[in-house]
Amino acid sequence: MSEVKEIAEIPYFTVTLSIRRFDPEKSEEASWEEFKVEMHSTDRVLDALHKIKWEQDGSLTFRRSCAHGVCGSDAVRINGRNRLACKTLIKDLDINSTITVEPIKGLPVEKDLVVDMNPFYQAYKDINPFLVANDKPEKERLQSPEDRARFDDTTKCILCAACTTSCPVFWTDGQYFGPAAIVNAHRFIFDSRDDQADLRLDILNDREGVWRCRTTFNCTEACPRGIEVTKAIAEVKQAILRGKP
Amino acid sequence: MSVVPAGTLYRGKVGMWSWVLHRVSGVAIFFFLLVHVLDTALVRVSPEAYDIVIQSYKTPIIGLAELGLVGAILFHGLNGVRIILVDFWSKGTRYQNAMFWIVLVLAVGITAYFTPGHLERILEF
Ligand code: HEM
Ligand code: SF4
Ligand code: FES
Repeated sequence: MSEVKEIAEIPYFTVTLSIRRFDPEKSEEASWEEFKVEMHSTDRVLDALHKIKWEQDGSLTFRRSCAHGVCGSDAVRINGRNRLACKTLIKDLDINSTITVEPIKGLPVEKDLVVDMNPFYQAYKDINPFLVANDKPEKERLQSPEDRARFDDTTKCILCAACTTSCPVFWTDGQYFGPAAIVNAHRFIFDSRDDQADLRLDILNDREGVWRCRTTFNCTEACPRGIEVTKAIAEVKQAILRGKP
Repeated sequence: MSVVPAGTLYRGKVGMWSWVLHRVSGVAIFFFLLVHVLDTALVRVSPEAYDIVIQSYKTPIIGLAELGLVGAILFHGLNGVRIILVDFWSKGTRYQNAMFWIVLVLAVGITAYFTPGHLERILEF
């Protein structure tokens, strides 16, 4: 009986979160606010944010939808690094010191942890993120497993913006296409069924294209899908120099 | 109205800090070269003035700065090779971390190798 209880018991602990708050209706300045919450070892940072919003301060504003690392809504900066709040277990952080949570960097903050994603989506739209084929779609477009594998890594993107907003170049030059747009261009440039690689390579040969990349690897380190972002960017750089994928 | 609040410093890893060092060392080398081109050009204007300027470099502080210059050039050049490998070698992005530490050990090691002889020369001033 006591054994069963031991197994069933999930350890819990009290953690302090310091959250970057911003409410344009109250003040033009953002500021830090601390919250103490009791969390279980199975809880994620998103659960802490929920707990605060539901039990302590209903005005705390953040985005989330799936809560399971699929939709890409809740990229925030946890302890100084871009992470999905729903994929970051609290027990994996240093729970003895304050956990900081702030909005991702380089996009305009609307309220608390919510940023304006439109500039990010615009860069994505600009690379034509859809298959363009010159022949008529009369039958299925077949592809060998090898050809499919060529761009497998970059199909995994969930457009969370963790990579683009971890990039020092993007922070200072918001016009830079950014890693996410390049990753999604890579997904079509190296797709044997796509016929618009030339145009996409041309778009990314722009002043604000791939040549802005300084290989800081912040994007690769931040990507919650484990995409080798810097590698994808390097491959697009080489494709531009070659003039073909 | 929306603003971009500053927040904390981004906690990037080796890649980010190597880039910071690369830019700082690159800018430092640039300013050294600028001065160096100017003082060398002086020899065509007035050899006497050139001698005086070059003589004025023989101070312990400039001597130590020269060691810093050697370190900066070594780091910048070796890390430059690392960046080229990251961009053009298919496995470069996977080994970037290890390559950074190799660059750092080489840059510090080679600078340390030249240090004793250089310090002796500084002491002769
Ligand atoms: C051994 C010779 C050198 C090599 C192999 C080298 C290599 C490189 C490379 C590959 C980059 C690109 C960095 C990037 O894409 O992030 C770079 C940037 C740079 N280099 Fe050099 N370089 C050398 C000498 C110099 C010299 C002599 C100067 C100064 C006059 C210099 C100043 C700079 C500066 C200011 C940058 C810009 C850094 C940045 O954009 O972050 N480099 N170097
Ligand atoms: S590449 Fe990774 S970090 Fe960047 S938007 Fe896609 S999923 Fe997010
Ligand atoms: S809430 Fe959907 S990815 Fe985190």
